[in-house]
Amino acid sequence: MPLMRHSNEVREMAGELGKYKLCVSARSADKAILKKAQDGGIVTQLFKFALEEGIIDGAIVAGPGDEPWRPRPFIATTVEELMTSSGTKYNISPQVSWIKEATRSFGLDKIGIVGTPCQMQAVRKGQLYPVGLRDVPDKIKLAIGIFCMENFSYQSVKQLVEDHAAMKMEAVKKMEIGKGKFWVYGQRGQVVQLPLKVTHKYEQPGCHVCLDYVANLADVSTGSVGSPDGWSTVFVRTRNGDDIWSKAIAAGCFETKPIEQVKPGLELVTKLATEKITKNQKTVEERAKFGVNKGLRNPYLGPK
Amino acid sequence: MADKITVGHVHMSGCTGCLVSLADNYGGLLTILDKYADLVYGLTLADVRHIPKMDVALVEGSVCIQDKLSVQEIKETREKAAVVVAVGGCACYGNITRFGRGGQPNQPQHESYLPIGDLIKVDVYIPGCAPTPQLIRNVCVMAYLLLKGNKDQQELAKKYLTPLMQLADRGTEACGCDLMYDVVNQGLCMGCGSCAAACPVRAITHEYGKPNVNREMCIKCGACYAQCPRSFFNFDVIPEFEGIMDAIDAALK
Ligand SMILES: Cc1cc2nc3c(=O)[nH]c(=O)nc-3n(C[C@H](O)[C@H](O)[C@H](O)COP(=O)(O)OP(=O)(O)OC[C@H]3O[C@@H](n4cnc5c(N)ncnc54)[C@H](O)[C@@H]3O)c2cc1C
Ligand code: SF4
Ligand code: SF4
Ligand code: SF4
Repeated sequence: MPLMRHSNEVREMAGELGKYKLCVSARSADKAILKKAQDGGIVTQLFKFALEEGIIDGAIVAGPGDEPWRPRPFIATTVEELMTSSGTKYNISPQVSWIKEATRSFGLDKIGIVGTPCQMQAVRKGQLYPVGLRDVPDKIKLAIGIFCMENFSYQSVKQLVEDHAAMKMEAVKKMEIGKGKFWVYGQRGQVVQLPLKVTHKYEQPGCHVCLDYVANLADVSTGSVGSPDGWSTVFVRTRNGDDIWSKAIAAGCFETKPIEQVKPGLELVTKLATEKITKNQKTVEERAKFGVNKGLRNPYLGPK
Repeated sequence: MADKITVGHVHMSGCTGCLVSLADNYGGLLTILDKYADLVYGLTLADVRHIPKMDVALVEGSVCIQDKLSVQEIKETREKAAVVVAVGGCACYGNITRFGRGGQPNQPQHESYLPIGDLIKVDVYIPGCAPTPQLIRNVCVMAYLLLKGNKDQQELAKKYLTPLMQLADRGTEACGCDLMYDVVNQGLCMGCGSCAAACPVRAITHEYGKPNVNREMCIKCGACYAQCPRSFFNFDVIPEFEGIMDAIDAALK
């Protein structure tokens, strides 16, 4: 199938920012959520609202794991459990691994899930082509995507924090990638910034073929880029996402500003998305000629 | 009536679980039979003794090559059906029958089982043990649109079915190892966890974000690889998930 032979074709099909109905800058109106959130607390607030309203009866989130800053995907069925999941962990959390179990032993009928763009892709593939996911397709009620430029293995983050930033993992309060730096904030107030150049070799290799920055396939997607500190950029994408977002707004869950009125706004989001897709599309194309008269697989052309 | 397609269920060395999965579409199956398809053959459900001509054959189970009748029937299925669909892990990949090696009464010589694609050309795969009711349903609806729909519907059906046809083209071997050979070893795994969710026997766990397959538990069904978003990810279909799900829902109303 002659899919994606040219970069432009992908552009059109994937689109840098995907389809959306609405884009705003927003933050939660709940002080307790904002205190622990990575950015505007959009993910935690929207799940909290959806849980309380019975729109979902559980959400697959990334909570604390066995080691400091190592996420563990789990199913939060109460607001208390949900609150333990706030904040970005910059390493892999296999969110989708719980998606069938949520409908089995957990008995959920209305599932929420948060994840990176690739995880939103996995959810939608699972809905349209459910191979091992019986009864899952109809039970996804709120898929929240978070923007993502790249991810890291746990060992990579540890290397960055302990070796490059010379801090103990357990002493870190927050990590953040923004303004061209990898920021590590200590519990005692110290701040270390690493140039992104240092982090590149630690990136998860599978991220280099990823053609989605702003979680194009989510119901609602959110990230920090484009909005001021403490605020989030939010895309409301599907009919379902629009319905839930409108109800949450009506219930006073969020403060919002039109995206056109905030700096740096959509221009920067578009720029970063374009850079990511262009760079990774090139990687995808180079894979075709990786060897001598032989190449590497291209998942966008088929399973062979 | 005239506008329906004809469908048969062909039972090779299977467990009938694939047919149960089709039936587990409940009202959806009745709608399909009312509006889109006539079941012209299926020994479990209808009293038609011999394989008739049909548009779509849903074949479950693998083929015992020491059983003459089975070999004859799979060949006949290919002759009689316009589209052959391998339904379930056994028909696609051999699945649990990969472990068959004979020696049991009262046919100790029945020892060799092959996925149907090793004996005939197969057009579409629906992997999974059991395959999901929803995927069987989608393929039935899309097969109808392909054969009886207008131009747009045919186009959609073709796009939808393409990766399932490509899986059929890819081969007849499956294992949790596919995740290593064709995803991790290829630099494509991004740790989403879909493979672990798809595995029917919980043979897959994630260690620091990457799949770890317990190969002693793996029954070689092929679900993990097919479900992995880095096996196939067709950008001309999946991003249209909202519209396509609506269309399928509407078709089954
Ligand atoms: C690997 C990674 C890379 C990112 N890159 C960018 C970027 O380039 N640009 C940008 O604008 N934003 C990026 N983000 C998103 C950003 O860091 C915030 O996650 C997002 O803005 C949500 O903030 P919030 O305050 O709304 O969420 P909160 O209310 O703080 O909730 C955060 C949610 O994220 C989930 N989560 C945390 N870590 C992970 C993980 N590893 N995998 C899956 N889910 C997780 C938690 O379960 C929680 O529900 C990235 C996030 C991750 C995980
Ligand atoms: S860069 Fe892409 S593949 Fe990597 S974690 Fe982010 S969304 Fe997934
Ligand atoms: S399903 Fe996800 S975790 Fe499993 S092999 Fe594929 S990309 Fe990796
Ligand atoms: S690991 Fe599980 S899903 Fe994959 S082939 Fe084996 S049994 Fe099937």
